[in-house]
Amino acid sequence: MAEAIDLKYIGTRPVRPDGVDKVTGRAQFGADQNLPNMLHGKVLRSPHAHARIRRVDVSGALAMDGVYAAVCGEDFPSEVGGSMLGEGGGDLGDVARNIMARDKVLYHGHAIAAVAASSLEIAERALHAIEVEYEVLPPVLDVLEAMEEDAPLLDENCFTKNLPEKPDKPSNIASVMTLARGNVDEGFEQADLVVEGEYRIPMAHQGYIEPHACTATVNEEGKATVWCCTQGHFDFRAATAKILDCPIGDLKFIASEIGGGFGGKTVLYLEPVAVMLSRQSGRPVKMVMTREEVFRATGPTSGTVCRVKVGAKRDGRITAAKAWMAYEAGAFAGAPMGPGCMSIFAPYDLENFLVVGHDVLVNKPKVAAYRAPGAPQAMHAMEVALDDIARQLGMDPLDLRMKNAADEGTQAPYGPKFPAIGFKACLEAAKEHPNYKAPVPEGAGRGVAAGFWFNVGMQSSAEVRLNEDGTVIVMEGNPDIGGSRASMCLMAAETLGVPYERINAFVGDTESTGFCNVTGGSRTTFATGLAVVRACEDIIGQCKSRVAATWGVDEDQVDWQDGQAVPAPGVNAEVTPMSLADIAASMPKTGGPMLGRASLNAQGAGASFSINFADLRVDRETGKVDVLSFTAVQDAGRAIHPDYVEGQMQGGASQGLGWALNEEYIYDADGVMENAGFLDYRMPVASDLPMIDTHIVEVPNPSHPYGVRGVGETPIVAPLAVAANAVRDATGVRINDLPLSPPRIVAALEGN
Amino acid sequence: MTKMHVQTSINGETVEFLCSPQQTLLEALREIVGRQGTKEGCGTGDCGACSVLIDDRLVCSCLVFAAETQGAEVTTIEGIAGDGGLHPLQEKFLEHAALQCGICTPGFIVAAKSLLDRDPDPDEETIRYWLAGNLCRCTGYDKIIRAVQDAAGELAYQA
Ligand code: FES
Ligand code: FES
Repeated sequence: MAEAIDLKYIGTRPVRPDGVDKVTGRAQFGADQNLPNMLHGKVLRSPHAHARIRRVDVSGALAMDGVYAAVCGEDFPSEVGGSMLGEGGGDLGDVARNIMARDKVLYHGHAIAAVAASSLEIAERALHAIEVEYEVLPPVLDVLEAMEEDAPLLDENCFTKNLPEKPDKPSNIASVMTLARGNVDEGFEQADLVVEGEYRIPMAHQGYIEPHACTATVNEEGKATVWCCTQGHFDFRAATAKILDCPIGDLKFIASEIGGGFGGKTVLYLEPVAVMLSRQSGRPVKMVMTREEVFRATGPTSGTVCRVKVGAKRDGRITAAKAWMAYEAGAFAGAPMGPGCMSIFAPYDLENFLVVGHDVLVNKPKVAAYRAPGAPQAMHAMEVALDDIARQLGMDPLDLRMKNAADEGTQAPYGPKFPAIGFKACLEAAKEHPNYKAPVPEGAGRGVAAGFWFNVGMQSSAEVRLNEDGTVIVMEGNPDIGGSRASMCLMAAETLGVPYERINAFVGDTESTGFCNVTGGSRTTFATGLAVVRACEDIIGQCKSRVAATWGVDEDQVDWQDGQAVPAPGVNAEVTPMSLADIAASMPKTGGPMLGRASLNAQGAGASFSINFADLRVDRETGKVDVLSFTAVQDAGRAIHPDYVEGQMQGGASQGLGWALNEEYIYDADGVMENAGFLDYRMPVASDLPMIDTHIVEVPNPSHPYGVRGVGETPIVAPLAVAANAVRDATGVRINDLPLSPPRIVAALEGN
Repeated sequence: MTKMHVQTSINGETVEFLCSPQQTLLEALREIVGRQGTKEGCGTGDCGACSVLIDDRLVCSCLVFAAETQGAEVTTIEGIAGDGGLHPLQEKFLEHAALQCGICTPGFIVAAKSLLDRDPDPDEETIRYWLAGNLCRCTGYDKIIRAVQDAAGELAYQA
């Protein structure tokens, strides 16, 4: 269906509607909201990774000149139920305890109290006047140690979920997940060769450049307005209402422009605290995290240990695959172990597999969603194992993957049968790509790997308003992280048949537009885009009925073509077609203003697969890795605005390479992160990378009128194994753990 | 604490303000004189989001005391577009989709302008090293580099 459409606007690359404000400094981000009479809020954070809180006394801070509010855990409602709808957001009771500790602090940097003062300087001094008594406990930082029976417990009430029998002793293992098909033992018996490995990947941060920020103001009636940088202001509003035990209607959330999120801004940290401080002081309160706070207390994603065993026939056919995985959840349950288990074998059509995953508490920050949460770590293990198999069989790594590739009709390891998917198309495109046909540069190595992400639908609303002059406003509720307003305008232009330039898209606040779940799960262009298309169709229906009345014909005698109402074929009316502008001009006479609406819970998001490959050079003396070239091939279903699809692919490649080559949370024995700044947590800079070549494959998603699949998350998945496999190719040595930092590479090369 | 009186030129306009001795230029720009186009990503000189020019020298405004700008000429993102509209760098950033979230963009544009002011025809490597002090987490830099290359060409054409 989608292929048959002759597209005029979709697939073009116009300038985004919010662009000019972003290149001139006008755009308002999280920290840019100031209000008259505003106070500055700061958070006191735990100096211990694990301790019982004996006493918190904020009275010393409150007594200071210029301090107008001070709160700690006991000021917040104690019972908080429900769960955060956002991806990886987890249990709301845990979120409440994460934003303000009660009873125990569970990681170094855990929030324990907060103040609001007339200046930032006074607020910072006031933190020293807060008295806290701790009973320091031994921390547990390593995921395998945390799983041991005698490990220090983070939560004495945590009993492992999903075990065949309910355990009688508490554990740091919050839950276990098992996925299985066929008989792996028989599968391994049939194998001609079996590879096995244990792969460790440390915690990494999303690394958005904009720190978390919000400004809250509460009036005497208890009505609050909150400006914040968030991936989803509706979900933030709901969570804040639960955490503060107030009606949702008392809270208005306004999403600022957002300076990156990658999943990390689906979770809230500051907003309920700022509301509490504003309630207490009666004045607006602004809170902005420092970069150090961002590292110590937000994000990151799980560190993992993955053990994988794969068996294959001599012709490359996989006979069995088995994985055992442990994910660090941080301080509260909810590591992305589930999506990890479900994604690890997703690109392949397997008869026999077994996956067991563990969600494990450790004394580190509670993990947050990070781009394809859980998949990069799991798929790194599988894609490295496949590389070893291809090497042993002397087979091209793309051919090996093609031999086992999932296709339309394949039953996914996580249950459903795949509808049309683009994995094979990606493999073919990669094989034909000039970069793949080019020889590997002298002294370098090439790595290949596959990527995958489920994508999600969820709830979205959109409104399309027809202005008096025939221009159009699209109003929706998903913060625009990477050009989504442009995509909404393009889909509206295509559906309405009017030029892109005549349409403008806005992200409304929680009072001015209908409910939308977070910008996450790569859902926005798909699900909110679908709502925009439906709202445009609603407007077209209304236009047709107005025109029918004007022409004195039946509604079904009016067609919509190229942005105008025309008589349907065979209709014999002496009329001139009416453009959207004509119809808009006649609104006062034909029934008043026009507003198209759609609200939906989108189904059929359509998985996105990828193949990435790269050529890397390793300096054997220093261990430094240079990325010579990187090629990303990915199925986008249909690229609405190809620049921003490429941008997702390039940005994900860069993040994945950073994680593969350098990024990691480094802890001392007491559980203090030692590299909580951009200098020591080293993300890729421009001089670390080459141009990142992209090739968009388009296998339309049957569940979207234009064939859209989410594209945002898949790009980070493959680069981890791409880098590992390229370093293996370049050095002849397999290094199982990430990051492939210079010291690790030097040590590995010396060991051989 | 006694405040200091500072007179400086911001984007060609004479501006006077009071600040405390330890306040940074970034803080003064954003919180005292209301120029919020300059962004804070780290406050420690590691991300370049706060890039401004002081007397045509590229600096991280989070590492400069506000009081140091007494008598200086400060150029911020708000001063990059001229009377004739957007600067070619701004045009090219838009045209190449060199921004996703856009938080790093003001810093990149200011830094790239200072490069092109010095070297109107930089090669890719020069651009990558000049911009190595600016972090972008969204784009992978590809489109940013292309936008700067294209803007250099455009400026050469205009000259
Ligand atoms: S804010 Fe100044 S360099 Fe990051
Ligand atoms: S566009 Fe988001 S950090 Fe550069």
